[in-house]
Amino acid sequence: MPKLLKDQTIVDNGWQILPKDFDGVLPEGPCFVPLDYWLANKHNLQTPESIGVWLDAEQEPEQLADDIGKLQHLAVNFPSFMDGRGFSIARLIRERYQFSGELRAIGHIVPDQLFYLSRCGFNAFCLDALALDHEAEDSHKLEDYLATFSVTYQACVNEQQPLFRRRQA
Amino acid sequence: MYIYDQHDKTLIGERVAQYRRQTDDYLAGKLPDEVFLPLRLQNGLYVQRLAPMLRINIPYGMVSATQLRTLAHITRKYDKGYAHFTTRQNIQLNWPQLEEVPDILAELAAVEMQGIQSSGSCIRNVTSDEFAGINADEIEDPRPWCEIIRQWSTLHPEFAFLPRKFKIAVTGAKTDRAAIQVHDIGLQVLKNADNEVGFKVLVGGGLGRSPAIGVAIKDFLPAKHLLTYLEAILRVYNRYGRRDNKYKARIKILVKAWTAEVFADKVEQEWLQEIDSPSTLTDEVIAHAKAFFTSPAYETIDGESSEAKLQSLAAEQVAFGKWRDRNVIGHKVPGYCAVHLSLKPTGVAPGDVTDSQLEAIADLADRYSFSEVRVTHHQNLVLGDVKLSELPELWQAAKQLGFATPSIGTLVDMICCPGGDFCALANAKSIPVAEAIQRRFDDLDYLYDLGDIKLNISGCMNACGHHHVGNIGILGVDKKGEEFYQVQLGGSALDDASLGKVLGPSFYAHEIPDVLERILNIYVEQRIEGESFLDTQRRIGIAPFKEFIYAKAA
Repeated sequence: MPKLLKDQTIVDNGWQILPKDFDGVLPEGPCFVPLDYWLANKHNLQTPESIGVWLDAEQEPEQLADDIGKLQHLAVNFPSFMDGRGFSIARLIRERYQFSGELRAIGHIVPDQLFYLSRCGFNAFCLDALALDHEAEDSHKLEDYLATFSVTYQACVNEQQPLFRRRQA
Repeated sequence: MYIYDQHDKTLIGERVAQYRRQTDDYLAGKLPDEVFLPLRLQNGLYVQRLAPMLRINIPYGMVSATQLRTLAHITRKYDKGYAHFTTRQNIQLNWPQLEEVPDILAELAAVEMQGIQSSGSCIRNVTSDEFAGINADEIEDPRPWCEIIRQWSTLHPEFAFLPRKFKIAVTGAKTDRAAIQVHDIGLQVLKNADNEVGFKVLVGGGLGRSPAIGVAIKDFLPAKHLLTYLEAILRVYNRYGRRDNKYKARIKILVKAWTAEVFADKVEQEWLQEIDSPSTLTDEVIAHAKAFFTSPAYETIDGESSEAKLQSLAAEQVAFGKWRDRNVIGHKVPGYCAVHLSLKPTGVAPGDVTDSQLEAIADLADRYSFSEVRVTHHQNLVLGDVKLSELPELWQAAKQLGFATPSIGTLVDMICCPGGDFCALANAKSIPVAEAIQRRFDDLDYLYDLGDIKLNISGCMNACGHHHVGNIGILGVDKKGEEFYQVQLGGSALDDASLGKVLGPSFYAHEIPDVLERILNIYVEQRIEGESFLDTQRRIGIAPFKEFIYAKAA
């Protein structure tokens, strides 16, 4: 089974990601539905614990503002690892819309982005997407990626006070 | 100058360790080229025409004697014994080995220097006024604000993968010397009617393809909101800036497409959501930043008496007088001045210095100017706090070292990018053109008579040589494999910022000195008493130049 790095632990990933133009009947098992599908069908969908919603980089997280409380799983797509829009979307989802469930980075990301991604509020990453295998060596390395820096200047999702306030304290 | 505390030191050390691991992974084949590319760029490493190029940040142009000595050592140990000062107040090494860059960064870190975000699609080194803190026309020293921005932008997790590079410039003076109107964000420190400090915020300026003058989207931003407002601009740009075409990805394109009003409104809406968040600056943090930029221990000097002595020396020694007129600038403290060390002697690439020159500059700084040096965006250096009484001695020393070319602000004090001799992006060489111009115009009296003229040369339309804002701009272009040079007139990066207009069809490199001579002849014929080149050109337009130059050429 594919693996997921979630809250710094490697777990099984049984979630499917349905394509952006998905329509029709949901498959068996937990899945991320595209934002448009969710908006069109949300009143008919049961079992929110096995349904997540994914946003693409150009979509507006504001459209989920009313539903944040109902959802436990969100994902943001990175069309390319050079496309940084998802970093802003993640902060909005966490800081502005106060989402506290699982926020997953999907699409193209690279291991050296894990530190920034987690600072912006992502807490779940597919190992397949990171092109890392599941050996013990790599899981050890994953911790290093997530903890590359012990000092950060800015306020962000995982540290609400900028360094200048912590310095003063 | 800003001094690192344990937080800054820890961060920079961890950055070196991270980059060492990334380099090892790349060399071991574990990191593909396309993934390593942005990682090395965000540490300043380009791969150039002949070798990699490493760009080292000099935050807002301030560098210490100790740092200069380390740079000298690095150019000797890891490079070919010279380095290049850039138009963004940084310094570049032209011949480092990719494998050795982690070691170079470690040596730099030991003297509180780094290459973080000096290239790549991220927030670059913040630039400022080379006379910050010493000029009488200053409203407030911009450097504390620059340092606050430097820290905020360093390893900002949200803005490391922007659509394109992003440059911020800050001025605190009444006269803009930081070219804030041609930056992605330009900030002007102001005081309002209640004497509160704030910023006028410009966005969307820039050179390169589609050059543009920035537009004001906030006339007075109270200082404490600086970071929340910058974050709002960056967030709007990061989310909505174009990513489909790198030539249309700068913020200026977004501002134009939306109009400044719509852009300003979008930023305002975003900012109001985050206003007063913990990133709001406190009085304590502002005071903390300002404490690093206090005045050095100036002596109380009778300025008038020092001045009188210098005047009599200038009367005796014409060369000293000329050098002083061009290369020495006034200071807010009586008895002191700021001195340009020219990096534009004929025959040397503008902005280039050798290892031993870097050490000599450090010695001059120790001896004459509180051990600090400023880098100008015109690719010269400034000793900011020199006693007038020591000026004759410094002049002699600078002459011997080759830094006393008395041409600051004149035609031959040109801005010039490394061009096709070094840069992989360039369409044409620029250094040989600069040299040919310096050789042709070697009569100082003629240059002084022409007065202030900004001549800027870029080897391609990326405009590292700022050709659009030169009073005379020269742009290298490639036509079917041959190098040609387009001439533009009428640009300025000062308060009256404007973009130059193309004169007409481009020229061969060897024609450029003649073309310049004809342009200058028109100016000399047409100028009204006291009028600068730019004023004359603006008054008479481009047509007289065009007619004369192309008529003669035909």
